[in-house]
Amino acid sequence: MIQEVTAEHYIILATTLFCIGVAGVLIRRNAIVVLMCIELMLNAVNLLMVAFSSYHKDPSGQLFVFFIMVVAAAEVAVGLAILVMVYRNTRSTDVSLLDKLKN
Amino acid sequence: MSPIVFLIFAAIAVISAMTVVFAKNPVHSVLALIITFFSIAGLYLLMNAQFLFIVQIIVYAGAIMVLFLFVLMLLNLNADSEPQKSGRFRLIATFCAGLLMLAFAAAMKIDPAMAEKNVASVPEIGLVKNLGKVLFTDYLVPFEISSILFLAGMVGAVLLGKRTPKDVQS
Repeated sequence: MIQEVTAEHYIILATTLFCIGVAGVLIRRNAIVVLMCIELMLNAVNLLMVAFSSYHKDPSGQLFVFFIMVVAAAEVAVGLAILVMVYRNTRSTDVSLLDKLKN
Repeated sequence: MSPIVFLIFAAIAVISAMTVVFAKNPVHSVLALIITFFSIAGLYLLMNAQFLFIVQIIVYAGAIMVLFLFVLMLLNLNADSEPQKSGRFRLIATFCAGLLMLAFAAAMKIDPAMAEKNVASVPEIGLVKNLGKVLFTDYLVPFEISSILFLAGMVGAVLLGKRTPKDVQS
């Protein structure tokens, strides 16, 4: 059992969450789940940023988290619109179908 | 008290994040991701970042996840419609993610004081009053630029989501 919560615990938790997100992006083929895993990675980074902001007693870190949330919201809106377009054209959200640039 | 709360929230976050990755049904993934976001919001509250706690719940657990659910139901994806990647690939991917985690955790342990100093006992830097003051003095220009980004994102989403006349005919 830990005595008090230190920055190290937040580092371990955030890297764990980030790497679960990385594994999800690599493993899954459904594009919506891949987008959700990207959201998970963004959240892990946000968590670490808040932890470091508390650690250094500097409010800039929390404002960066705010800006990351703004960018993430815009990214999700555009990403899901692209997904809907992809679904309309291919009738599927499988990312491995989208390999036209490969050959 | 707070270490126990931290451990509880951390366990919920990790378990539900695993559920996001390994759930067969995408709707279950979305619901697990909402639980993850709530537990991360709880961790923000533990660090006394009250503004980010509220924003996390409103923006992530509210707006973004509702958007995901909408698209999921719009496209009507079933659990068995997704073909799986091969078992060997999944094993290698999981292994690589584990290695990445080790590398990150080792690379960020730069200061030995990180293992001693308590981060939860921080005074009021995360309150709305304090953050607002910093946001509208030091970060005013990025704040305005982010509103332009939002406008561009909105126009892009509408443009991409709109049906062209050719689509409607076919």
